[in-house]
This record gives sequence, C-alpha cells and structure tokens, in this order.
Amino acid sequence: MSDVYVVGVDMIKFGRFPDRTVPQIGAESALLALDDAGLKIQDMQALYCGNLGQANAMVGQRILQEIGQTGVAVVNCANACATGATAFREAWMSIKAGVYDCVLAVGVEQMGKGLLGGAGGGAGIPKEGLLGSGTMPAVFAEAGMEHARHYGTTFEQFAKVSVKNHHHSTLNPKAMYQIETPLETVMNAEMISYPNTKLMCSVNVDGSAAAVLVSEKKAKELGMQRAVRIKASVLASDPFTDRDLVMPDVNAVTRIAAKQAYEMAGLGADDVDLVELHDCFATAEILHYENLGLCADGEAGRMIDDGEVALGGRVPVNVSGGLLSKGHPLGATGIANIYEVCTHLRGEAGGRQVEGARIGMTHVIGLGSACGIHILEKVA
Amino acid sequence: MANDTDETAVDGPLPVVPFLKGADGQDPYLEGHECGGCGAIFLGERTTCSNCGARDQMVAKRLSNHGKLYSYSIVFRSFPGIEVPYISAIVDLEGGGTLKGNLIDIEPDPANLSFDMPVEVVFADALGRKDRDGNSYVSYFFKPAA
Repeated sequence: MSDVYVVGVDMIKFGRFPDRTVPQIGAESALLALDDAGLKIQDMQALYCGNLGQANAMVGQRILQEIGQTGVAVVNCANACATGATAFREAWMSIKAGVYDCVLAVGVEQMGKGLLGGAGGGAGIPKEGLLGSGTMPAVFAEAGMEHARHYGTTFEQFAKVSVKNHHHSTLNPKAMYQIETPLETVMNAEMISYPNTKLMCSVNVDGSAAAVLVSEKKAKELGMQRAVRIKASVLASDPFTDRDLVMPDVNAVTRIAAKQAYEMAGLGADDVDLVELHDCFATAEILHYENLGLCADGEAGRMIDDGEVALGGRVPVNVSGGLLSKGHPLGATGIANIYEVCTHLRGEAGGRQVEGARIGMTHVIGLGSACGIHILEKVA
Repeated sequence: MANDTDETAVDGPLPVVPFLKGADGQDPYLEGHECGGCGAIFLGERTTCSNCGARDQMVAKRLSNHGKLYSYSIVFRSFPGIEVPYISAIVDLEGGGTLKGNLIDIEPDPANLSFDMPVEVVFADALGRKDRDGNSYVSYFFKPAA
C-alpha cells in the first residue's frame, strides 16, 4: 500500500463571520490548500468534508458549488469534535485503498456563542441543574477532577495550561486571540464550572481548514520538498468502562487510539517533537499528556509546572494556541491541527517554530466518544 | 389528541428518569440492570450488554441509596433560567452503579468537598419544574451522609 502525503494544507484565520455561509467559509480554506499544493479543483478526485452544525445539509457539495462542480465523489462526515479528523482520515483511507491518487479534505464550522451541551434531552422536564450538569465545561471539569482525585492535580496546574496556550497564540497570526493571560488573570476570570474559568474554556469561533492528500506516486510527480508523510491515522470509539455512560471517559478512548497510532507509525512517544492535542478545556489537556504517553501516569501536573510542554520545552504542546486561544470551530479543528503540525515540519511556523521538528502528532476527541490521532513526518 | 390520555396531567408525580421507580409511592428507588454475563450495571432497561455483548441476560436490580463522591464540578454558569451555583456530582453507589446528580445540602465550595465522601440518595420534587401538561416530577438528589 502506498504511503499517503499531505502536499497542500492551510486554514483561515479563525474568527466570527456571521455574514458568511458555511460553504463560503469552507471554500476559502479549500482554495488556500489547493494553492499551497499548486493544484486545481479539477485535480481532486474526491472531497471529504467535515461539518457538524449542518451535518444534514450537503456542505461538501455546497463547497464545490462555490469553487468547482467537477462531479467527483463527496462524502460529508460528522463525528462531534473529531469531525475534521474523521474527514481527513476518510481521505487518507481512500488513497491507502488505492481508489484515488489525489483528494481534498475540508473541515468547516460556524459556531454561535455560549455553552455547548446540556444534561438529558427528550420528554418531561429539563434535566440541566437537576441531575447535575451536561454542559461541556462541567463535563470536562469532572474529568479533570477525576485526575485531581488520583494525583492531587491543582486548580493552579490546570490554569497554567491556559496561560501557556494563550502565550503560544500570541505567536500565531491565525489564532482568534493574541493576548497574554497571566496566571492570576486566568484563575480570577469568571468561574464557569470549577475548576474551569472562562479563560480555561475553548473559544467558540468560525473557521475552516483544508488539506490535499496524495499517493506516493503523485507526491513524487509534484515534488517532495514540502510534502509531509502521514505515518499513522487512527480513529477509535469509547470502549466500555465502568462510568463511561454517565461520565464520558476521554482517557480510555485516547489510550486505544494512541497505542494503535504509535504501532502504525513504528514510533514511540519519545520520538514526537510536537503535539496538537484536544484542549477543549484546560482540564482536558492535562489528561492527555498521560493518555498520549508524553509522560508517565501521575506526571502531568509536574510536566506543566516544569514547562516541558511549552514552546522550547521537551515536547511542546499546542504551540498554535490550541482550542483555548486559537479557537475551536468543531468541524475544522481536526484539520487545523494537522495544518499546524505540517507547518512546523515544513519549518514555516515563524516565531513559534519548534526547532528541528521531524515528527508531530495531532489528537482530537469527539465527546460521545471518538478519538482521532494522526502522526505526521517531515519528508525532505 | 383529545383522547390521548398520555399527554394530559396524571394524578401522582412522574419520575424524572425511567430508572427512578415508585415515584408516586412512599418507597421510590433507583433501578439498575445487571448483566448476567459479566456483572456490568446499567441505568435504564436494555436487552444487550455493551461490555460483553450478552443478550437477554439483564436482571433488574434495586440500587443502593448509599454511595461515595467520585468526582464533581461546581457549576457557576449554566443555561438561562437554571439556578446556580450547584454541585454536579458523580457518585459511585454501594454494590455497583454510577450516576450523576446534584449534590445538595452543602455549600458549593471545593473546601467542603472531598473525594469518596459518603453521600445518600434522596428523593424529592424536581425543583418545582413541571412539564407542558402541568405534571410535577420526582427527582433524585445526593446529600452528605451523616
């Protein structure tokens, strides 16, 4: 089976675009990725489109109605916050299977403001605030407090994640925000769901990201100078664990995916030079240091304290600013983090460049649950 | 819809979730379903086990009213109309079963909460919430055990 390469990838600067349509927002990054690859829409043999908010509305086809209706296969994917990664992986599989040589993956989302989630829908009466909380800040707070239960992780350690990611985003012109948030600012921000303050919650933004994936044959034709090899592409769902149906277990699903990804890549966590992981809330990022094997169980608090996950540290995490400050347009996130890693592997990340980066990892969690992990390798 | 009695007000209060049994009587309780194949416990009725895949081996089991605080969050911002703050608690029940609910009768401050603190399941009116037909509901809550 052919290796699969990313030869074009880009994202738009995340923001709020209430006057634009979802296909228009998606089309913009699709064109940027095509330009980055030096290819045209007529070169694409299929489109894999990730979008959650309009999952029943043929967003992929509507993107082609903006940029070129070539009659190719279009697959629309929805997989919660793993939507973009799922679309990217479907694209990867189509080349891996030998069906196509050159395909486009686009992730796009237009978000409202405000809380996501909510406890229990359906008949009867509202359950939110009656049977606990189903809001996302609370759900991920509970997951963080489980870590605190096991290892004594503190509010301050969770808050440091947000300080770090906001700092990183000051170096990323495509992030929603470029604002430093010192520790006391983070900890004294409005408490949303203890221990997550407002600055420890990801930012609801509109955005899109896109990638052109090709076979080895096609990559050689195009030239390998800026190509990035996909060493692993994994998608896992939540296995049965004792509390998963009441308290979604984002740990077990990530551990399954990480193990498979390292095996597929023939690499270990020590080989990874940078990671873009799913910091939907500051509490979540801490969990995934351990889930992805970046440190031993119980070491995540020390890792953030010691700066090992900051730019310049042993394994920088979310140098893009992460979902906390770059922003989290749900369906776009899984491709935006691939853009970030590819940009470092190409040595084009400017002030936030992770020096000498050869291997990078992306990780997303769709609650409910899905985990998508990709391992990417510098070629030239 | 004039003859559809399901949609109209009934005499007694209704259960907030289907696995709350005996809502209109003196002895409400929570019911789990235990897999005869692997022992996994689920809330609500089902026929197939998502742990081991066994079919038609689920046995109804009355869940304990005693448990321990496994994890929590204190919610300060919720949807419009929802009173805050409140403690969203994950509780492991004695003898099996985990559920989420509001932990009441304790100041919502992390200083007051400790992992594994004993809690009791209590049943009460669902904070005055009524459905469109005016039915009232019985909910479960957790409160610190003596």
